[in-house]
Amino acid sequence: MDQNTAEHHIVPIRVYVWVWVGLIALTGVTVGAKYADLNHMAIFAAILIATVKSTLVLLYFMHIRFEKPIFTVMILVLLLTYGIFIGLTFTDYSYR
Amino acid sequence: MSDKGTARNDASRAEGADASSATGADSHHVPGVVYDPVAVKIGMWLFLFTELLLFGTLFIVYGVYLHDFNWQFRLGSAALSIPIGTVNTVILLTSSLTMALSIAALQRADKKRSIGLMWITILFALAFLVIKSFEWAGKFEHGVYPGSDHLLELTKGENVFYGLYFTMTGLHALHVIIGIGLILFAMKRVAGERTTPERPLLLENTGLYWHLVDLIWIFLFPLFYLIS
Repeated sequence: MDQNTAEHHIVPIRVYVWVWVGLIALTGVTVGAKYADLNHMAIFAAILIATVKSTLVLLYFMHIRFEKPIFTVMILVLLLTYGIFIGLTFTDYSYR
Repeated sequence: MSDKGTARNDASRAEGADASSATGADSHHVPGVVYDPVAVKIGMWLFLFTELLLFGTLFIVYGVYLHDFNWQFRLGSAALSIPIGTVNTVILLTSSLTMALSIAALQRADKKRSIGLMWITILFALAFLVIKSFEWAGKFEHGVYPGSDHLLELTKGENVFYGLYFTMTGLHALHVIIGIGLILFAMKRVAGERTTPERPLLLENTGLYWHLVDLIWIFLFPLFYLIS
């Protein structure tokens, strides 16, 4: 029954609404940052904000915060794998 | 196994869930087949990983070419409408909320509200697609489409930018269309009480797919619309 309690974790409605408010606010921030003349930092600011937004979606909308730890581990392994892809590609590309 | 099933049905009755939905879940229970919600969800996540790597690879291609054709990408991005992109972002984020609320409603055994929220999600998805199609149509009118004469006169970098723009937003739009189909299917299952508060995984996995579509757009939006 242990796994069923994790499965049936009911998140209060207001949590979803607040996450949505946060996501909309961050959309405003990312559009605002575009006009803030950040030059070469602009792309990093955009990716940073997008990462925060996607973390909110993963944790709350996609329920990862309330699932068993195995899901978090799986996602971290995916991110590590993707990080290796990026690292190898750009290392290869920069030293050609 | 049968003990577990009985316990769950009793629990659902105690919660005041519809008795017919409990029997509905029973009639689909195959003896000897273990219902393992965690395994079902892990399967869904493994599929989502393949989707993330598919788009992830395209983002790496984008990153390499952004490095190579920096000013051309900025020029291409300047030609995209920030208001349209922002409105579509808000629409998609809101549709993710209504999808999450639809699952929350089913967990609370409110079938009607769950289905209603799925309809709203689909309306948002259609609004997204309509806006996207107007955006593409506007580009086509200006002679910007893959292989057009106008594009061939532009720089190589702008061609790469628009190529990636059409490929990635197109692939994303395809996922939106598939998502609508999945939500319609989930709706039918919830209406027919094959997906119930006791067995909500089909709806939950549909929700995961829909949030993934949102997740990808969260990265597409700034990288294409906001780098000018």
